[in-house]
Amino acid sequence: MAEKVVGKGIKRTEDPRLIQGLAHYVDDIKLPDTLHAVFVRSIYAHARIKKVDVAAAQKTPGVVAVYTGKDISQKIGPVPCGAAIPDMKQPDHRVMATDKVYWVGHPIAVVFAENKYVARDAADKIEVDYEELPVVLDEEKAADPKSPVIHEKIGSNIAYKLTAGEGDIEAALKAADKIVRQKIYHKRLAPIAMEGRGVLARYYPGEQELTLWTSTQIPHLARTQISLMLGFPENKLRLIAPEVGGGFGSKLNVYAEEAIMAYASMQLGRPVKWIEGRRENMQGTIHGRGQVGYIEIGCKKDGTITGFRYNVFADMGSYFQLLTPAIPTLTGLMLSGCYKIPAIQMNVTACFTNKMSTDAYRGAGRPEATYVIERAMDLVAAELGMDVVEVRRKNFPEPFGAENPFKVATGLFYDSGNYQGALDKALKMADYTNLRVEQKKARAAGRLIGVGVSTYVEICAMGPSPALPAGGWESATVRIEPTCKVTILTGASPHGQGQETSFSQIAADELGVTVNDCTVIHGDTAVVQYGIGTFGSRATAVGGTAVYLALQKLKAKATGMAAHMLGVDAKTVTFDDGKFTSGGKSVTIQEVALNAHLAKNLPADMEPGLSATTFFEPKNFTFPFGTHICVVEIDPETGEIQIQRYIAVDDCGKVINPLLVHGQIHGGIVQSLGQALFEEVVYDEQGQLISGSLMDYAVPKAAQVPWMELDRTETPSPVNPMGVKGVGEAGSIGATPAIVAAVVDALAHLGVRHLDMPIKPEHVWNILKKNKAGAA
Amino acid sequence: MKKISVTVNGTTHQSEIEPRLLLVHYLRDVLGLTGTHVGCETSLCGACTVMVDGQAVKSCTVLAAQADGSTVTTIEGLAAGGTLHPVQQAFWEHHGLQCGYCTPGMIMATAQILQRNPDPSEEEIRHGIEGNLCRCTGYQHIVQAVQCAAKKMKSQPAPANR
Ligand code: FES
Ligand code: FES
Repeated sequence: MAEKVVGKGIKRTEDPRLIQGLAHYVDDIKLPDTLHAVFVRSIYAHARIKKVDVAAAQKTPGVVAVYTGKDISQKIGPVPCGAAIPDMKQPDHRVMATDKVYWVGHPIAVVFAENKYVARDAADKIEVDYEELPVVLDEEKAADPKSPVIHEKIGSNIAYKLTAGEGDIEAALKAADKIVRQKIYHKRLAPIAMEGRGVLARYYPGEQELTLWTSTQIPHLARTQISLMLGFPENKLRLIAPEVGGGFGSKLNVYAEEAIMAYASMQLGRPVKWIEGRRENMQGTIHGRGQVGYIEIGCKKDGTITGFRYNVFADMGSYFQLLTPAIPTLTGLMLSGCYKIPAIQMNVTACFTNKMSTDAYRGAGRPEATYVIERAMDLVAAELGMDVVEVRRKNFPEPFGAENPFKVATGLFYDSGNYQGALDKALKMADYTNLRVEQKKARAAGRLIGVGVSTYVEICAMGPSPALPAGGWESATVRIEPTCKVTILTGASPHGQGQETSFSQIAADELGVTVNDCTVIHGDTAVVQYGIGTFGSRATAVGGTAVYLALQKLKAKATGMAAHMLGVDAKTVTFDDGKFTSGGKSVTIQEVALNAHLAKNLPADMEPGLSATTFFEPKNFTFPFGTHICVVEIDPETGEIQIQRYIAVDDCGKVINPLLVHGQIHGGIVQSLGQALFEEVVYDEQGQLISGSLMDYAVPKAAQVPWMELDRTETPSPVNPMGVKGVGEAGSIGATPAIVAAVVDALAHLGVRHLDMPIKPEHVWNILKKNKAGAA
Repeated sequence: MKKISVTVNGTTHQSEIEPRLLLVHYLRDVLGLTGTHVGCETSLCGACTVMVDGQAVKSCTVLAAQADGSTVTTIEGLAAGGTLHPVQQAFWEHHGLQCGYCTPGMIMATAQILQRNPDPSEEEIRHGIEGNLCRCTGYQHIVQAVQCAAKKMKSQPAPANR
């Protein structure tokens, strides 16, 4: 009997190529005669372009072509935005700047040369005359009618205004004993996939086919959009996402550079390659977050929440990328957190600024929601003098599932949850009661210890198609080859998450073969049926379900065939461990696979072959949840923040590979930690990007990261047959509030109730200094 | 143009190069050894880490000309005779990688750490890999992989580094 592998933390099948340096990311694909592209980008945040002089660049030996915005921006369609909000104002986003530049990094010209050194030299020779214009940087001030206007045609900096939520918020706040208010910042973050973006394009004039290798999370969606931008037939455009070195949402997009390379390869008749540098990546790849908001939460004296309002200014940047305007709407969906709140309202004012576009970065709008509701719960606890755990418990729903989904005042029905279960487990791991005693003792001894708790819920497995701009289903084809090797084609596009392994685990158990008999193919539009891609913690819950369902179809057919081979009624056949049995007789799946292809002994009405395709449409999102607890100690002399313990209990439903789940949670928590304590995209008052390199943008390093103690509870999702929920974003959603809360808690006795991220030692030190001065 | 002779993963290459050519571009573009990655080109991320004469260096900050006469080991040269290096094995076993982009540099840095200190503490490991950024893993599985590799290397002698 072969051992079942679903639920086991087996080693990844993708790793051998990665640990030996044998994988192929875009820049590792070398085609003869390739031209290398280098962009000239705006050095001003807002300026009129008076002149672009490319003569010297063109004359540089080795340069084959130079394009400016004027040359090509009307030949390629606009950079697409897939999101639509009622009455939204959408600027015409061309692939390069023509008369004006809108942010530092806005592409103005591009050089194609025989090698990248020459291209860089030539790009440096391009002279741009600018006439500087006043800049708009603050998303709140941008809305002010007195502020300079970025897009003259639109006439104001307001992209849209939107009100969301249910219940009578005015009445709910009136009914409250107390209302707590707080202004909250979510600073801009840079996703920093370690591999930046990169594109290689090759046109085959004979076949009139175009192949585009690009570092993306959404190969099919990108193919559709790029074919529209170019007016090039979609079925002649092959888009390949090769090995992709991280995305975190930054590659859930369609970028100007992708279309420009495709266009250039056709014009120049040679392969062209553009590899993004890190500085370019910070300037010209989407940023995440970028909100400033005002919370108002009403509560009864016993801690019961009556209503919650969030008025928020969302920073769009100067243009829309693929999902830019949609991100704040995700914030609105999750404002109820894991609490019963009768009335919720969000009012969004989305504004243009002279900065790079914001868009989906790990969590995409949901970390903002979790952060504000979790901060709000802590503020309520502080206001009422309650314990932060007690106030949460007070507002939890009873455990719920398929029979009684949890309806919240944002319009959603949460699929299943047991918030008490995860909380209890985490409290036990942390020894919470004792922790509070220790904290008191430590405080008396002059030590600053803080404990932060976050009970989060997230929305993932994106998602039902009506709720997503481009469809929320996912596809899978499973083929059993004549030799009984199994080929799985998935529309998901993993780039580190490990679905080559986990999807093989699903197939191995269903078919009674080994993981090594299975291979997972993804990311090539010429090979894989149309799919949606990897984002929104959807690949396993939606894409994995498609694989599972295709396997069921396949097994049904194989069972019919086996019955025919055995000369029995299919109803009497059982399938176990790779063997079809009826009475005393059996055939193996290997024999069935061969028979299906030789096709000499098939039932009269059965097609040859063993292949099944499924397009799975989920009926609902899934709602993973959990509790994170963080313990910090602050150095009273320096303000340095040390994380003493980090405990995370996550519930992502059924788990296919716990090793991968841990990896996802670790990575998410550390990105959260970066947001809470270190990371911030900083533009100065002229709109210059100050944090434009890894020297200035603080990605967490190993020594800054605590040991994470993980455990989980398992509440299956009723939304899909495997009961999985998704885990890619859990850490980046659940952890930030816990870390911030811990630092605030360490200073609570000094009257501190809230601190804005990133909380730097300097900030803490100033508070401590002020307090000392006050005490003296 | 400048003539250089460099031994990479056991093979000696005679090349004529531009004096400004970076070692990482020499390895990737001239020799086709694309396992060494570029994550920042400013010596901040460690993705380009290789061994030059037994020392881990960030090859984006070294000129190919400076490696003239040197012996270089890249990630492609770490597995000796088809057997994974203990550090590679440990990264695989402990899921010390996700997207894999930082991994070659991380593995080369780890090999160096363990050469210098066969029995590092968690803190020493974390400080040892501080020059290598990973955006995916949160480092915990990497730390575990390094601990595991240390154990492996004590029980099985490391394959001779070329
Ligand atoms: S590429 Fe060399 S350190 Fe980042
Ligand atoms: S595994 Fe992706 S950056 Fe380290």
